Amino acid sequence: MTGEWVLLSYRLPREPSAPRVALWRRLKRLGVAQVSDGLVALPADARTREQLEWAADDVVERGGAASVWLARPASVAQERGLATAMAAARAVEYAELVTAAQRAMDGTPGERPRLLAGLRRKLREISRRDFFPPAERDGAQAALRALAERMEPAAAERIER
Amino acid sequence: MRWATRAGVHIDRAACAWLIGRFIDPDGDFVFVSDPAEVPADATPFDMRGVELGHHGDRCSFETFLVRYELADPVLARIGQIVHEADLDDGRYDAPEAPGLDVALRGLSMTGDDERTLAVTGPLFDGLYEFIRRSYLLGREPA
Repeated sequence: MTGEWVLLSYRLPREPSAPRVALWRRLKRLGVAQVSDGLVALPADARTREQLEWAADDVVERGGAASVWLARPASVAQERGLATAMAAARAVEYAELVTAAQRAMDGTPGERPRLLAGLRRKLREISRRDFFPPAERDGAQAALRALAERMEPAAAERIER
Repeated sequence: MRWATRAGVHIDRAACAWLIGRFIDPDGDFVFVSDPAEVPADATPFDMRGVELGHHGDRCSFETFLVRYELADPVLARIGQIVHEADLDDGRYDAPEAPGLDVALRGLSMTGDDERTLAVTGPLFDGLYEFIRRSYLLGREPA
């Protein structure tokens, strides 16, 4: 049995390009799976459905056409395909976070608290769009923990607050 | 007046309902619907698809209310930034209060109905308003 998904079907004029870029950024932030040209999907819940509904309104306000659908993949394999693609996209983001954390380790102690705060924000942002957590998530969490432990206790405390 | 919004109230709708009660229509009633088609004829819809008092451009519904009702209070503008980040989390504003507020509101919607969420969040937004008001007067965080 497959789960319920919320789909956004959209069409925007090719020109001007600004609305297309804005929509692309917005959908990227939500972590959607691209099903095909002009069709994206997220596992359905109250929040994802609302976010895609607002995105649809935005498309319409910018002179395009959009509709929101609730649907089930007809096969488990099809659903797995979507989930695998989404997990792979998040895995890349987590891996980038690990690289950035390692760079911060090599940086001067003085700039670590600021870097750590930024990386924690980034981790939270990725986690929010992570519907099928890949193994890389553990690595990213561990890298940030290691960075926090490397800092002097006073600095770690300051950033916790 | 009657006001209608989607059931399953989260941060943006809770903040709008508080704003209505405190600054726009103190005697207003609220109805919660699951589909835009269910909005009663005599009710003003907000934070729903395709209505004036919803998301427009980069604005969340609370910010749309501030513009529509010309509420130029800097304290409300700041609350608007916090609600924006709690609802949309797009990094447009620096609002460290937002993630905590969002989690608290989502938890509330899991443990009670919409009437209760509004009853609980009213005093919460009153407190947030007072805190920000005092911090603007003092030029720093109050006690």
